[in-house]
Amino acid sequence: MSIQKILIKGGRIVDPANGMDAVGDLLLTGGHVTRVGGEITDYDAQTINAAGCIVSPGLIDIHVHFREPGEENAETIASGSEAAVVGGFSSVACMPNTRPALDDEAAIEFVHRQAARANLCNVYPIGAITKGRAGEELAEIGQMVRAGAVAFSDDGSGVAKTGGMYRALQYVLMFDRPIMQHCEDPDLARGGVMNGGATATRLGLPGISSIAEELMLQRDLTLVRETGARYHMCHVSTRRSVELIRQAKAAGLRVTAEVCPHHLLLTEDACATYDTNFKMNPPLRTRDDVKACLQGVVDGTIDCLVTDHAPHGIQQKELEFLDAPFGIIGLETALPLYIKALIQPGLLDWPGLIERLTVRPARVLSLSKGTLSVGADADVTIIDPKAEWTIDAAAFRSKSRNCPFHGWQVVGRAAVTIVGGQVKHECRATAGVA
Amino acid sequence: MSIDSPTTQAQSPTGQGNPPVEVSDDFIWKRRHLLGLEELSAEEILYIFKTAQTFQEVSMRSIKKVPALRGRVVVNLFFEDSTRTRMSFALAAQRLSADVLEFAAAKSSVTKGESLRDTVRNIEAMGVDVFVIRHSAAGAPHYLTQFTDCCVVNAGDGQHEHPTQGLIDIFTILERKGRIAGLNVVIVGDIGHSRVARSNLWGLTKLGAKVTFVGPTTLVPRAFEKMGATVSHDLDAALKGADVVNMLRIQRERMTSQVFPSTEEYTRLFGLTRQRLRGTKPDLLIMHPGPINRGVELASDVADGPNSSILRQVSNGLAIRMAVLFLVNQASTPTAI
Repeated sequence: MSIQKILIKGGRIVDPANGMDAVGDLLLTGGHVTRVGGEITDYDAQTINAAGCIVSPGLIDIHVHFREPGEENAETIASGSEAAVVGGFSSVACMPNTRPALDDEAAIEFVHRQAARANLCNVYPIGAITKGRAGEELAEIGQMVRAGAVAFSDDGSGVAKTGGMYRALQYVLMFDRPIMQHCEDPDLARGGVMNGGATATRLGLPGISSIAEELMLQRDLTLVRETGARYHMCHVSTRRSVELIRQAKAAGLRVTAEVCPHHLLLTEDACATYDTNFKMNPPLRTRDDVKACLQGVVDGTIDCLVTDHAPHGIQQKELEFLDAPFGIIGLETALPLYIKALIQPGLLDWPGLIERLTVRPARVLSLSKGTLSVGADADVTIIDPKAEWTIDAAAFRSKSRNCPFHGWQVVGRAAVTIVGGQVKHECRATAGVA
Repeated sequence: MSIDSPTTQAQSPTGQGNPPVEVSDDFIWKRRHLLGLEELSAEEILYIFKTAQTFQEVSMRSIKKVPALRGRVVVNLFFEDSTRTRMSFALAAQRLSADVLEFAAAKSSVTKGESLRDTVRNIEAMGVDVFVIRHSAAGAPHYLTQFTDCCVVNAGDGQHEHPTQGLIDIFTILERKGRIAGLNVVIVGDIGHSRVARSNLWGLTKLGAKVTFVGPTTLVPRAFEKMGATVSHDLDAALKGADVVNMLRIQRERMTSQVFPSTEEYTRLFGLTRQRLRGTKPDLLIMHPGPINRGVELASDVADGPNSSILRQVSNGLAIRMAVLFLVNQASTPTAI
């Protein structure tokens, strides 16, 4: 039974899209925001007491991997959606590197259908740029746009061929959708499993040099300048990448970028234990790179914060460092980790953080989401900013456990997640919510 | 076991007595695993040497066996081809009266279909005490320690470390030179891919030697300077003033991966020949961890010449590996021996 009205009382409403940051009430009617701010009384509404909490537009993560179809043992669209709402995310965009890849209209419609069945959060499919993500022929981008693909990416690898990338950027211009590029020169990165450099040399592990990322980005920016296409750089991880994006934006190119929590909190030194939960791509880099990424987030060079939620089954990750797959999960831990990386050191205030988790990612993908304006979709995340808890991988709703933050003491979590006017997650352990 | 028995002054084939190895009397060996030389202290390295000196004598007896590890099981877990290291560990374990299980898989666990974890836990369930592991993946022995209660000895993990080979090389230098501190040791070859070079570097620098890595720029990254090595690409310059030169094997597969143009060019630039030895110290010690590519990194007459300690490295290998197996076992059950 769906509840028609929800009244959120006494929270600190933070809606960066409207420059709002004030204590007040919020009324959701049906699937939309109907009143914002001030004191609202409505005896028909289900009331949520949000005193001491932050009332934010539903959080948006534009980079997740839900593994369906093909690797349902690691994650499904349903289990991934559950992890999303538990983490406070009302909308996610899922990458097409499934088996088979999301590279045609039917695959995009499959994602919509599975997401509707799960009925937890909004799932926006990203289509593959090339057929089978093989980097050769263009996929049916136009058909996928009609089916609802919001962007195009071969994420997991970059489009290596310069001519192929040039044509892809030209082609998407017709539909005004962004290309989301995983920047990595495959020839330079071949065989690498961690950041290239002195630490990899010491550990005897083959490295992925930061220039593998920067060279492809540099090439792409030249192509973007030529074509005028929309280009989004996935998971920025190096200082020079941040600088290149900054220059591209200053030159007026339609370029956006994202970063992951682990690239703001961890360095390559973590690989010294050979724990495969520290193996991801792009790899953990140096302290200097982390500093540059943080600066890029603060000054807006990096538009939005994502998770790159990349589930792998326990048996897939329980391997030698050299053989284990890349990637870690992040939906259920991202919010407190961003608080730790950005709010606690005083780099961003709450409106600043929420902006990068709501309206800015919405703009990257042209989603009409990420705000609490009257009439907007009733996607709301109530954040308890003081909740102290310990990350426990065993308690995740995700099917996977590959998380390097297990055991970390963190502060802040999603108390309530509302999607389309329905409460999809409620954390009973959190104080402040009745 | 007392380290001072049965003889402390076994004669080495060079006719010299064992060099003095100073270790404090109250030193106690505590490690259950030997994963690398990076984490060892100078004192721990010297203690292994002191223990090895006592075991050298065992090999000279007519009955080459002591009961130190009687009733223990040592598993040779080799995921990479190896003949000499595997044989050396097996013989070392047998001389300590341990039972030896051989496990050899030509391919890594992934292609074989069973994970390393499952393989090891299955063998462990048979009741074994020590895993000696050789694996193509760096960190595999470290990973192993996370789920086994047995002792773990690294017999070479990818490009990371080969601690017993490092100990053997340094022990051999100590035997021939009588000291390590202040020596100039030059290591030549594919340093970037070499676990032997890394283990040598850690051990030698901890004991006060100066280490110079020599090879083509594509095989000797400058990153090694951060680990305490001097990096050079000029063998003749590096050999001037060198006390020891350790020539590493050039892997055949590297010769086709575009890191240098041809074997001939490599030999011209970095091969050790008689001509090249002119102008070096007369007592320059020449080492090679084997197997040698004769005529590539090392000319035959140099390999077999008077300055070569290559076969001595092999025989010292036994004593070092006996010492390591003995010590990690002792740390597991300090009251049992």
